[in-house]
Amino acid sequence: MKRNACLIPLYVWTAVFVLFPLAIVVYFAFTRDTGNGVALSFESFTRLSDPMYLGVILKSFKIAIISTLICIFVGYPVAYILARSKSKMKLVIVILMLLPMWMNFLLRTYSWLSILENTGLVNTLLAAVGLPKIRFLYNEGAVILGTVYNYLPFMIMPIYITLLKLDESHLEAAADLGANPVQAFLRVTLPFSVPGILSGVSMVFVPSVTTFVISQLMGGGKVPLIGDVIEQQYRVVNDWHFGSALSVVIMVIVLVFMYFINRGDVESNNGNGGRLLR
Amino acid sequence: MKKLIVIMCAAFVLLFSSCKDDRETVKVYNWGDYIAPGVIDKFEEETGMRVIYEMFETNEDMYTKIKNSNNSYDVIIPSDYMIERMIAEDMLAEIDMSAITNYANIDEEYKKLSFDPENKFSVPYTWGTVGILYNKTMVSEAPDSWGALWDEQYKNNIIMMNSQRDAIGITLKYLGYSLNELNPKALGAAKQKLIDQSPLVLTWVVDEVKDKMIGGEAALALVYAGDAVYCKGYNEDLEYVIPKEGSNIFFDSMCIPANCENKSGAEKFINFMCREDIAAENAEYIGYSSPSTPARELMGDAGKDPTAYPDIKKYNLEIFSSLGDKTKIYDELWTEIKTSMGM
Repeated sequence: MKRNACLIPLYVWTAVFVLFPLAIVVYFAFTRDTGNGVALSFESFTRLSDPMYLGVILKSFKIAIISTLICIFVGYPVAYILARSKSKMKLVIVILMLLPMWMNFLLRTYSWLSILENTGLVNTLLAAVGLPKIRFLYNEGAVILGTVYNYLPFMIMPIYITLLKLDESHLEAAADLGANPVQAFLRVTLPFSVPGILSGVSMVFVPSVTTFVISQLMGGGKVPLIGDVIEQQYRVVNDWHFGSALSVVIMVIVLVFMYFINRGDVESNNGNGGRLLR
Repeated sequence: MKKLIVIMCAAFVLLFSSCKDDRETVKVYNWGDYIAPGVIDKFEEETGMRVIYEMFETNEDMYTKIKNSNNSYDVIIPSDYMIERMIAEDMLAEIDMSAITNYANIDEEYKKLSFDPENKFSVPYTWGTVGILYNKTMVSEAPDSWGALWDEQYKNNIIMMNSQRDAIGITLKYLGYSLNELNPKALGAAKQKLIDQSPLVLTWVVDEVKDKMIGGEAALALVYAGDAVYCKGYNEDLEYVIPKEGSNIFFDSMCIPANCENKSGAEKFINFMCREDIAAENAEYIGYSSPSTPARELMGDAGKDPTAYPDIKKYNLEIFSSLGDKTKIYDELWTEIKTSMGM
């Protein structure tokens, strides 16, 4: 009983800051302003059937999936090296990695513009040594770069923390039983770190699929993602009904995605870790 | 311990009481980078009022915010067509013109314009044209047509303006239609034209265009004349042209929203901005054209710059008019254009 009472603030918080706003979004999604009052309508969803919007949703997922994969392949080795390292500098390195996060997200993305633009740092250096300039910005690659850069720490940290918990004796046991280091990694370390990877994936994938700032700045408005279309409905064209309908669709897709992620998480925790790889 | 808490509380009270500001406030909502930095300080010094200053990027941004939030502003500076729309939707308050003693400084030709025919709701702030800003060292020949923005040789060298009416408007003009076209065939053609253009465009921005053109990031940009004046001041290679097909002439005027909280303060602010020395200082900094001859006279050469003060009769210039309930057509068109980019 007493424990339940302690949870009341949590319930109130969730109701006020999660459920209530969500209800408003759903309300807007299924209504239309008819001129004299608001009426139930599926107009926003019929408009969504235009293949153009499906295209944007697919592109958003494509960019988010690529970014998440890059984050795994870059983030895992970093987390692994950090976790295994006995260096006294370990804490310093972790702090250095998180340091840019203390600076505003927009500022960090704007700095990439000054580094990569045609008259920016990299191209000026290239030109100085007689190499041709490269157009880095305003394409899908730039959007992926911006996404990876901004969300990479969210991949590294959960993997790092999981790997810290891995007891060295497991690896010694694997070696005793005849596993070479590669086998030990694939059979012991990697399965053990799956929960870390999965939580990293959900922390990177969900914000990347809905981002609009990165695609606007790094993509120059030429790589519109679903987040941009939603933002435009709210901010520029003042069609909150359509914007809400788009948000609801994205939320449902992301929820389904998260469901599978969590199921994978539960499985890898319940069974013996190696199941995924056998 | 108790003592420490008492001391901390006292420190807190002191901290907050010293921050408390009893001055009367005027909330101003203006375009980004659209006022000379010293002007607000001068107003505060002279009147003892405090200005709370916020900025928007496009007329549509501003409209959405005023329409949907409880936030009230005392002075806003929309453009012609948006003023017309806001008047029609009862979103603006009538200005007490007797309080605007400096109104006489404004030239007659900028009063009683089509969007506010009786001049009850707006006081002109600046005006200007829309055109192409180009870098002379980066173009093969000086452009004189909107066609330059669709020229393959400038692939990835064109900056477009991320503003609905302006981008669609000049495309319509290029295709030989009116800026205020509602004919679905014309609008469909304009939409396709902008989607076709997208591989050539470097980026879509509004205020950032200035830094990019000054830095030489692109050869051509769709800009407001005022921004062109500003950029030319920093980079001599830049030149501005109003294309031969014609363009838009816009008027940005100071208005008071119907839900303002300090109307008399707003009127004082508007009056202050019309004073010749202030109007001159302001126009000289932002580069946009002043509607006040006394102010222009104080500006010297800057008051005669042909980029800011072209002979408007020479060009086929058109004012945007409010589309009323047809605005939705443009809104959907814009969403479709922006969504189809890069597909």
